[in-house]
Amino acid sequence: MTIIDTSSAPTVPARKVESLKPDLLLTQEHHMCPGCGEPLAVRQFLECIEELDVAARTIAVAGIGCYTSFAGTMDVDLVQALHGRAPSVATGVKRMLPDSLVFTLQGDGDMVNEGLQEVLHTAARGEKVTCILLNNGVFGETGGHMTATSVIGQRTKNTLDGRDAEYHGYPILIGDLIAQLQGASYVARGSVHNAGSVARTRKMFKRAFESQLRGEGFTFVEVLTMCPTGWFVPTADGPDYMQETLGEVHIMGELKVDGRVRTTDELHAENVAKQREIDEQLARGGIEN
Amino acid sequence: MTVTATTTTAPPGERVLMEGSEALARAAIAAGCRFFAGYPMTPFTEVLEHCARLLPEAGGVCINAESELEAVGMAWGALSTGARAATGSTGQGLSLMQESFSEITLAELPLVIFNMARGQQDYFQATRGGGHGDYRHIVLAPQDVREGVEHVQLAFHLADKWRNPVLVYGDYLLAHTQEAISIEPMSFPELPKKDWAVDGSQSGSGQSRGVTPLGVAKTGQAAMGQEGKAQYIATKIPLMEREVRFEQGYCDDAETIVVAFGSPAKFVKYAIKELRDAGHRIGYLRPITIWPFPYGALAEVAGRPNVKRVGSFELSAGQLVEDVRIGVAGRAPVTYIGGVSTDQSGFGVGRLLDVEAITARILALHEDRELPPIPGYEQFTYQLQEHQK
Repeated sequence: MTIIDTSSAPTVPARKVESLKPDLLLTQEHHMCPGCGEPLAVRQFLECIEELDVAARTIAVAGIGCYTSFAGTMDVDLVQALHGRAPSVATGVKRMLPDSLVFTLQGDGDMVNEGLQEVLHTAARGEKVTCILLNNGVFGETGGHMTATSVIGQRTKNTLDGRDAEYHGYPILIGDLIAQLQGASYVARGSVHNAGSVARTRKMFKRAFESQLRGEGFTFVEVLTMCPTGWFVPTADGPDYMQETLGEVHIMGELKVDGRVRTTDELHAENVAKQREIDEQLARGGIEN
Repeated sequence: MTVTATTTTAPPGERVLMEGSEALARAAIAAGCRFFAGYPMTPFTEVLEHCARLLPEAGGVCINAESELEAVGMAWGALSTGARAATGSTGQGLSLMQESFSEITLAELPLVIFNMARGQQDYFQATRGGGHGDYRHIVLAPQDVREGVEHVQLAFHLADKWRNPVLVYGDYLLAHTQEAISIEPMSFPELPKKDWAVDGSQSGSGQSRGVTPLGVAKTGQAAMGQEGKAQYIATKIPLMEREVRFEQGYCDDAETIVVAFGSPAKFVKYAIKELRDAGHRIGYLRPITIWPFPYGALAEVAGRPNVKRVGSFELSAGQLVEDVRIGVAGRAPVTYIGGVSTDQSGFGVGRLLDVEAITARILALHEDRELPPIPGYEQFTYQLQEHQK
């Protein structure tokens, strides 16, 4: 046992040891594959809840997918819903507890395949909840099968030669669809494939939660996440693959702010400007928050 | 339907002529139900209408769900907060909800379900369930509006007591018959606090809660595991069987016992009373809960030396009769004396729900004669007889 000598000033200065784990996670460990984008997204919204200081009135509703394992590790009161049905469950929770912050955590298979009508109706009803979509364009949990958001040409386990529009149909751009609905107050599509997009996505979460807390209407944040396992690409190639495939179709940006729907062209122009800004910041030595 | 005639709020204890649907809705509110979600479907529609009108007045919420899938999901969410909540439909709509019913049962949420069925063809759906996995729902089958008012309140109590869904099996007749009713809030033994419910207050405390059908728990808390959860639910099933309820009449010296439930049972009871007055030794057993089914009571009655035969009267192609056979277990021959019976729309009350028709069938059973054909469908009976030859 070491006895600390207090007779004189310490020879080594005191050093703050920072824990990088968000307070709202019970453990630093997660069950995702290497290169998965979902933990990055989860971290962003949990830290936003901490920043907004609303943890003690936050209730999550989880769908079914890889991210469901966060149901056990997020230190948030939670209701586990069926595949696709989280928006209705969130509706019931919010209607009974109108002062709470209620969000759903769903994937593209859950929300856009199985439960498309749920999220659309909940948005149209203007339910004051936030639906979070982790969109990787595949059923990650079953091992990389085509979903309704898989892009044309995307290779999945059941589109081995790539998604063919003639045979498999076209992807649904769910954020764009929801933005059209009057009940939606804030709609955004972020991504976690690089530091800049993570920072942007974090702001989107915060704006969505703030809009919900102001009671403005339905709020929606879609996050494009990497799934190298389900995409059959090397782990390190995930971010680039994401940007070149999903990122080119599901355009990042704020799709609806203050009731105004923004066009893909507007978003694209904004993205180009943002990228220029990020490149400049990187040249100066780092990303500013 | 006459909504305007049924909006009167009577002083406590005073009976008011009220449509069954309204009485059920008022009973739910009296039991503390504060959330309802549903999708219109005949003959369930009016239950939804009355909830939509009455719940907001009582400080509750009624949502016109976009489908039955949404309706049951919304109720699921409301229940998770500890509120008393219900949903319902007609059998067809309940078919859509079955996946949620299975999982809500595993999540141990006290859902109350109304089935304003189109006849009694949903007996299997109600008692066996159309969903996946091992689960049971307590099913109350009121014979009339007055009993329905009690059953709705009992349903909310039992659902909370067992943390298990309870279904109220009604029909067109129950939903649309007007009876003189007073809605008296019933008192039940006190129940434990819902400390499992989520309200957000534990988020960030390290002790956050999860309402889940999966056997998982928060990191650091004890988890049952999937198998453990299934074992736990399996253990609960025989305990819930204690809630069995039934009524019997004229069984002491009866040679023939007729089993019937729900609205038709009231007709059967009337027919048997008349047959008794005419000197026929016929008795009845009415399951009040169709799950748990009164197998024990039926076995006891059917095993008496005076009993020569047992009949099952039901408005279906023969579903209740299977439980009757299980209960009787060979102690006496069992005959299905019911029949499909709806109106031409498929929604309403058919020609078999008629004292004269029921009397004829019971008497044919009692006298060991061939059953009379279903009125209006004689040719089918003829075809069946030809087929059997």
